[in-house]
Amino acid sequence: MSEQATGNGALVDIRGVEKVFRRGAEDIQVLKDLNLEVPAGEFLALMGPSGSGKSTLLNLIGGLDHPTRGTVSIAGERIDQLSDHRLAAWRARHVGFVFQLYNLLPVLTAERNVELPLLLTHLSKAERRAHVATALAAVGLEHRAKHYPRQLSGGEQQRAGIARGIVTDPTLLLCDEPTGDLDRKAGDEILGLLQALNREHGKTIIMVTHDPHASARASRTVYLNKGQLTREPND
Amino acid sequence: MSGPVNWLSQIAAVTKFGLLSMPQRRGSVAAAAFGIAGVVAVLVGVLSIAAGFRRAMAASGSPDAALVLRSGADSEMVSGFLRDSTRIIADAPGVARTPEGPLASAELFVIINLPKISTGTDVNVPLRGVERPALKVREGLRIVKGRMFEWGRDEVIVGIGAAREFDGLQVGDRLKVGRYLWPVVGIFSAGGGAADSEIWSDATVLQAAYHRGDSFQSVFVKLKSPDAFNEFKDAVTADPRLNAQVLRQTDYYAENSTAVTKLITTLGYLIASLMAVGAVFGALNTMYSSVSARTREIATLRALGFGSAAVVASVMLESIALALLGGVLGAALSYVAFNGFHTATMNWQSFSQITFSLAVTPQLLVQGVVWATLIGAIGGMLPAIRAARQPIAAALWEL
Ligand SMILES: Nc1ncnc2c1ncn2[C@@H]1O[C@H](COP(=O)(O)OP(=O)(O)O)[C@@H](O)[C@H]1O
Ligand SMILES: [Mg+2]
Repeated sequence: MSEQATGNGALVDIRGVEKVFRRGAEDIQVLKDLNLEVPAGEFLALMGPSGSGKSTLLNLIGGLDHPTRGTVSIAGERIDQLSDHRLAAWRARHVGFVFQLYNLLPVLTAERNVELPLLLTHLSKAERRAHVATALAAVGLEHRAKHYPRQLSGGEQQRAGIARGIVTDPTLLLCDEPTGDLDRKAGDEILGLLQALNREHGKTIIMVTHDPHASARASRTVYLNKGQLTREPND
Repeated sequence: MSGPVNWLSQIAAVTKFGLLSMPQRRGSVAAAAFGIAGVVAVLVGVLSIAAGFRRAMAASGSPDAALVLRSGADSEMVSGFLRDSTRIIADAPGVARTPEGPLASAELFVIINLPKISTGTDVNVPLRGVERPALKVREGLRIVKGRMFEWGRDEVIVGIGAAREFDGLQVGDRLKVGRYLWPVVGIFSAGGGAADSEIWSDATVLQAAYHRGDSFQSVFVKLKSPDAFNEFKDAVTADPRLNAQVLRQTDYYAENSTAVTKLITTLGYLIASLMAVGAVFGALNTMYSSVSARTREIATLRALGFGSAAVVASVMLESIALALLGGVLGAALSYVAFNGFHTATMNWQSFSQITFSLAVTPQLLVQGVVWATLIGAIGGMLPAIRAARQPIAAALWEL
């Protein structure tokens, strides 16, 4: 943390990031010399063609992977060099994830799924229950608390996924194609929900999408192209 | 990270999800569990033979009983005494006495051929000639059917194990001894000991039938107390008229049993080990498929901040749980199938059959469950490591 990258106060501060995947003998350079600043309270949409590296970038911001080069600072903390062990603890404290395929555990009810991140905290059972109820209410899923994922529609499952993402009140909410598997109506509801979380609760959200309809809900959109970010779809 | 409590609750949580998803994989879980059940059942089953054999031998001698053989003889088969010697032995200090005389029985030991009921093949069955004190020398010996043979008559009584295992030994049957046919007049029980496998007659009757003159092979004595053993032993071994060795009956039978129990035990471990290798692969397979079926779930938990150690521990615990399921099943199965099961085997020391019942002891059951646990732990190790090593990012999007 001695190498504090910036004094500009951006919640997410990415400098000179490069990401190279090695597949067999071949090196695939997905991100190169990429910079990104996301101020607290922003709802950022990250767009780009399939395979352009959107998920790769989101994973770096969420501490799921290490950059090949460059720095990733979140809330002033360098996370690019944390050990896997420390990263796991860091994720538990700072990041909520929302996945395209919801990634709920099929053997648990909606409320138990939402409770999962809280098992990594020191909250008592009663406190956990209260947090879960709040999160489920925030996504409008109180009445489905005792249902299993297979008993829920896609839209409802994604609501549960979002409730799980916000239940610990994380610094950042990261969504990878959250509406990618939903029909237009359910997708719109999810987008409305994310928008409300951003506007009414001040959540900082980064959302990967390839749907212009989705990015229209964000406060800012950036485009990933040939490993770099641009303001416009094409360069 | 925040302390061991957090860590334990992580393991508990991740393990719970694995266990909860077991029913969805019940086919593969059942196959692996049955494999392990088989190992445990075979292990416990074979070892219960050894345990039963050892138990029968232990029941054969009591600490206040001694056996006298000729010096250098390691079994009754190759021992021999003339009546003069057996008298001196009976009168030695340390031998318990009753108004009728010393509690010492000079005995003959021969082998006859009888068909084994279970296989139909002829086997060696011990026929023992005894003297009157024999019934008092051996503790707990009693007639359970018919009557005692009459002294001086061509009659036999049959140990309860021998009557069960060998053909033609029921009360009323006639036993062919050389050229003679001797009626079976009674069945006796020696409380599970070696005598249960034997046929008994009057020693003098047997001497005549086998043209043994007035010779015997061993003297069984009851001591005044277990402590009188050394007094008796010293007197007998020091007597210049005798060429004899004195053994505690317990030691004699224990030694008798070691060769057999060692062989059976070795065999049991060998078979069970081979089967265990198969069962390890079964568990390995099941856990690999469990892990790969839950690739995305595990990655999701890791993304949420669950540690890789918790994942390793939970996969191991799941594997062990699966193995315990099989182990308990196998142990229960072997108990129901084998405990108390009557059988007979060759006793190499006397080259004759010894009947006994299998003993599935608590120690064996525990041992079986320990084996199951080890199989589960070994089988779960590689899948657990694979689960923890899976790159999270790539696994998150897998279907
Ligand atoms: N773990 C990985 N190993 C090798 N190549 C990868 C890995 N993850 C992603 N890639 C490659 O990196 C590129 C970007 O992938 P991704 O970030 O998933 O794209 P997007 O989300 O924009 O569709 C793709 O060419 C993909 O094949
Ligand atoms: Mg993607």
